[in-house]
Amino acid sequence: MIGYYLRLALRSFRRAPGLTALMVSAIAIGIAACIVTLTVYHGMANNPIWWKNGELYAVTVNPSTPNRTREAGLPAYGPGQLAYDDATYLFGSSIPKRKALLTFLFGSISGAPDQTRPLPTMTRATTAGFFRMFAVPFRYGGPWSKAADRGPEPVMVLSGRENHKLFGGADSVGRTLLWSGHRFRVVGVLAPWHPLPRFYDLSAGNGGAFARPAGAFIPFQWGPVLGDWPAGDLSCDTHGSSTTPTTYQELLGSSCTWIGLWVELPTPAAQRHFLAFMQAYAANQRAAGRFQAVNTHLWTVSQWLTLHHVVSHRSGLLVNLAFALLAVCLINTLGILLAKFLRGAPVAGVRRALGASRRQIFAQHLVEAGAVSLAGAVLGLALSAAGLAGVRLMYRGSSAAYGKFAHFDAIGLAWAVALAFVSTIVAGLYPAWRIGRRAPATYLKSQ
Amino acid sequence: MLEMHNISKVYRTDMIETHALREFSLQVAAGEFVAVSGPSGSGKTTFLNVAGLLETFDGGTYRLDGQDVSGLSDNARARIRNEKIGFVFQSFNLIADLDIFDNVDVPLRYRRMKADERKARITNSLELVGLTSRMRHLPSQLSGGQQQRAAIARAIAGDPALILADEPTGNLDSLMARQIMGLLEKINSMGTTVVLVTHDPELARRAQRNIHVIDGLVADTVAPSDPAARGPHGQTHAESAVD
Repeated sequence: MIGYYLRLALRSFRRAPGLTALMVSAIAIGIAACIVTLTVYHGMANNPIWWKNGELYAVTVNPSTPNRTREAGLPAYGPGQLAYDDATYLFGSSIPKRKALLTFLFGSISGAPDQTRPLPTMTRATTAGFFRMFAVPFRYGGPWSKAADRGPEPVMVLSGRENHKLFGGADSVGRTLLWSGHRFRVVGVLAPWHPLPRFYDLSAGNGGAFARPAGAFIPFQWGPVLGDWPAGDLSCDTHGSSTTPTTYQELLGSSCTWIGLWVELPTPAAQRHFLAFMQAYAANQRAAGRFQAVNTHLWTVSQWLTLHHVVSHRSGLLVNLAFALLAVCLINTLGILLAKFLRGAPVAGVRRALGASRRQIFAQHLVEAGAVSLAGAVLGLALSAAGLAGVRLMYRGSSAAYGKFAHFDAIGLAWAVALAFVSTIVAGLYPAWRIGRRAPATYLKSQ
Repeated sequence: MLEMHNISKVYRTDMIETHALREFSLQVAAGEFVAVSGPSGSGKTTFLNVAGLLETFDGGTYRLDGQDVSGLSDNARARIRNEKIGFVFQSFNLIADLDIFDNVDVPLRYRRMKADERKARITNSLELVGLTSRMRHLPSQLSGGQQQRAAIARAIAGDPALILADEPTGNLDSLMARQIMGLLEKINSMGTTVVLVTHDPELARRAQRNIHVIDGLVADTVAPSDPAARGPHGQTHAESAVD
C-alpha cells in the first residue's frame, strides 16, 4: 500500500503545487539552517583524539587561594600552564606511561639547500613523549629518544609543510639545519597533521585552539640551555605577585606559568596515583610557603576543551536559533498540512465508506507528510551544501575557525535524515491522526 | 441479509439530544430490493449510515449477513464495508482528481487484491454500466448520469452482497434517473440485495417493498403490488407520506 499512498501523495502535491512548494521550502530552510550550524558546531566541539579521552590528561596546579585566583581573573582551577619548577618536578614522575612538556619558541631556520633567506618558524619545544602520546604521524624518520631530551641533543622534527618549504618535500632525515644559529639534525618529518581543535595547546597567546601545529619541534631543554624566552603565553600574576623576571634564570625560578604538561595515564590506578603525587607535591609546597593552597587537577581532553570554551557561546546560541527556526518552520508546515488534510476530509470520508480503516487513512496521510519532509530534507541538503560553501567563502583567509569546519560530512547527512524524520513526526502526525479520527459519515454529509 | 432489531441512535450536543432512530426494526432478505422513504429528518440517512456501518448505534441489535456487527472494531467494520457493502450516494462522491478507472479501483485497493484481478473487476463493472470508453476520464469530464453510473461501478466492483443507495437519482433528470434505476434493478436481478433511500414515489414503487420511516421509526411497510395497500387515489401509504 505504501506505493499507492505515495502515488496519492504525488497527486495531492500536483493538486496544490504552491502549498507543497511552501511546505517543502519551509522544512528545507529549517533543516539547512540546522545542518550548517551543527556542522560548524560539531567540528569545533570535536575531540580529535577521542579514542584516548580516558587516558590523556592535562595537568593544572593552582598555587593560590580561591580569593587570589578570582582577583587574578583566573578560573577556579588556576592557570592553564605551569611554572618551570612545578612542571619539571611533576614531569619527573615515573607514574605516567608517557608525558610531555610543551612551550613555544620562536626561531628561524636556515641552511637548507637553495635556501636564500632564513625561514621564521614557530617551534614547539617539547619532550619525546609528545609524538607517541598525541599519535603524531610521521612521513619520514621518527621522534627523538628520551635520551635526547636529557642531553639535550640537537635534534629536530619538521612539519610536512616546513619540510616542503625547505627541502621540496624530500626526505630530509639526517640533514643538518641551523635553528636560530645552532646546528640541529633532522630526525623526523611529519605527515600532514592538523588536529582541530589543537587540543594540547589552547592558549590564546599560542595561536588559540584552531591554530596550525608548529613548523618545527626541538627538545624542551633547549629553551633553558639557550636561554630562549618562550614565545607563547607567559603569565606572572598567578600568586598575586607582580614581580616580573628580567633574566632567563629568574624566569626559571619564578612562579610565572608558561609550560604545558600532559600525561598519559591508561589505568584508573595510574590516575589515582598521579593525582596523589600531585597533591603531595602541592601540600609540600604549601608547607614550604611557596603555595597558598592545594588545588591540583587532571583534565581529560573533552574536559579541557570545555574548560577553555573552545565552542564559543555564540556558536551554541546559533545552533539553538537554528533549531528554533526549524521549529517555527515545522509549526507552519503542521498548520498548512492540517488545513490541507481537513479540506480533503470528505475524500477521506469516501475512502472510509469504501473500506479504508482508520489506520489506513492515517498511514496514507502520514506518507504524504513524510514525502513533504523527505523532499524538504533533500532540498535542505542542497541548501546546506550551498550554505557551507558560503561560510567557507565568507571566512576565507580569516583567522576565525568557522570556515575550517564548513564541510559537508556524514554527520550532516545523518542530521538531515534525523531532522526529516522528526519533521514528519512533528508536522504530519497530528494532522494525519485528526483526519483518521472522525466517523466517515460526518464527512460524507459535507461532500 | 439485514436484520435490525430495536436499533436506537441518539445525536447529543451539550444542549440537545436528538433521537434519530428509536426502536427501529427491519429485516431485508437476501436478494430483495427495498425502498426506504420518509420526510426530511425522519431518519432515513441515519438508518443508511447505521446499516452501512458508517456510524455506530446506541442500542438494539444488528446482524448483517448473519454476523452481529455491534461492538466490532474499526478495522472489522472497515473490512465489512469493503467486502459486503457497496455505497451509491446522491452526490456521487467520486474522487475528483482520480479518473474513473482509479475511482473504481479504490475499494479494491483496500482489499489488497492483485493488480490483474483489480483490472479485470474494474473493466467488468465499467462494462456493466457502459462506461468502458470513459475509464480514463476525470469525473468532471462526465455528465451527472455518467458519474452516477461510475459510482455504481465502484459500488459493485467488489461484488458486495448489499448495495445501499442514498437518493441516487436526486441530482439527475428523470431520464437519467430511470436509467440509474434500471441499472440498480439489473444489479438486483443478479442477486445483490439493494436498499434504496428515495423521495421519489415513482422510484419507490419500482422496489419490491417500501419502508416508510417517520421520526426514526418504521411507520409502514408496503408491497407496491398489494392493491389493499393502495390509498383512495391509488397510491401507497408510503407515497401519501412522501407527497
